[in-house]
Amino acid sequence: MERFSGLSLLRHAFGGHQGWKPFWREPAPKAAYDAVIVGGGGHGIGAAYYLAKEHGLRNIAVLEKGWLGGGNTGRNTTIIRSNYLFPESAALYNHALKLWETLSETLNYNTMYSPRGVLMLAHTVHDVQVFRRHVHANRAAGVDNEWLDAAQCKAFCPPLNISDNIRYPVVGGALQRRGGTARHDAVVWGYARAADAMGVDIIQNCGVTGIRRNAAGAVEGVETERGFIATPKVGVSAAGNTSVVMAMAGLRMPLESYPLQALVSEPVKPDFPCVVMSNTVHAYISQSDKGEMVIGAGTDAYTSYTQRGAMHIASHTLDAICELFPAYRRLRMLRSWGGIVDTTPDRSPIIGKTPVPGLYVNCGWGTGGFKATPGSAHVFAHTIARDEPHPINAPFSLERFRTGRFIDEAAAAAVAH
Amino acid sequence: MLLIPCPYCGERPELEFRYGGQAHIARPENPAALSEEDWAGFLYMRDNEKGVHAERWRHVHGCARFFNVVRDTTTDRILGSYKAGETRPETLR
Repeated sequence: MERFSGLSLLRHAFGGHQGWKPFWREPAPKAAYDAVIVGGGGHGIGAAYYLAKEHGLRNIAVLEKGWLGGGNTGRNTTIIRSNYLFPESAALYNHALKLWETLSETLNYNTMYSPRGVLMLAHTVHDVQVFRRHVHANRAAGVDNEWLDAAQCKAFCPPLNISDNIRYPVVGGALQRRGGTARHDAVVWGYARAADAMGVDIIQNCGVTGIRRNAAGAVEGVETERGFIATPKVGVSAAGNTSVVMAMAGLRMPLESYPLQALVSEPVKPDFPCVVMSNTVHAYISQSDKGEMVIGAGTDAYTSYTQRGAMHIASHTLDAICELFPAYRRLRMLRSWGGIVDTTPDRSPIIGKTPVPGLYVNCGWGTGGFKATPGSAHVFAHTIARDEPHPINAPFSLERFRTGRFIDEAAAAAVAH
Repeated sequence: MLLIPCPYCGERPELEFRYGGQAHIARPENPAALSEEDWAGFLYMRDNEKGVHAERWRHVHGCARFFNVVRDTTTDRILGSYKAGETRPETLR
């Protein structure tokens, strides 16, 4: 793997930028692997990277039905934060946040992680009570989060309208300064490049069509669009399509898949210094390094796999954005799109073993999986390699829907459900 | 926005309705005898169908009644609707 640095950039510049090599190979699938990951998004390709790096599994493959990072990894609004309420979640998301901080150096690839601060707005007495509870719970769990009054919110985010003549005036906000954004494509490309260098086969345009099991019920391999691949371990990291893949092994999942939308404006000069979210009026916004305002809308009311959302959902969010940031009323929206998010009843993910020996699943990230990418990938790799969960993902088992030990994070999810 | 055919009121915009999730999930006949596994199945496990899906909708801003819709979740095209309590018509499978 070519080591990237200022010097290598300069060297390539003198060569007229003709010497750049592809970041990963395009291998044909082998007949057998020690483990196969289904789904080449950030979580899946990241898990392959950690399997190779920390657990010595080099004879592994990532199967992606489309192109790398073309699903929810390339469709989210790139927000990173860890201010969840319960200790189990705080541990999981904070694990991810710590990995984000050094990810560019670890992968020798600029993921453009920018801890510019995530401000969650409160508009009602109820919001204030809930957010203050979050702030205290986070601080007790070692996660940074602080309470700002409206004037402090305005000082932190100057474009914000804190006047009292709007429908839901801003009365304060919870700020996580270590939260921020990262470049979603760079995350998956960085992981892919590093995993490929360790021998991981990344196979795109290779959808899985079946999961073959032996007489004892254990996984034997996967049927794919490019033939059968034998493997004793299959890690499913298929986001919105998880129910479909798990059904191939005869499992029903506590998941429902909904379209979630996002949109970006035309690019403008740097104006928006942080990330602002509001659950109550339902809007979230940040500015990309290209200059686009990146805006997240809500989920549709009904389950769907269409990767597009309804007009009225996006329009509702834009109403809120225009009221909170009146200066942006004249911005034109350039693009909008949808991704399919798999939501669980308690709005927490499922990372762990399944009743099928050799089959592992990482799903249920719902509307907020991007922020957890490195942490999720790291503990999922541990679960696959050791055949037992890492202490951090042990509470996030599929079992909890039978035992009732939920991790109810509906209030901490970015998107109101 | 979907145009949803309420069996009582006819086609109305989606905004008048509320979604009710997968249809035909029957309440257990004898809850006391149900195992934990079966409770989990009844309460939380869903088909999450990629394809033709029978689902409940409620016309909250209209007749306020529940009914069933059959929709293809890969296209969002609605194939038809029928009243709550009726079995799914063969033509909507």
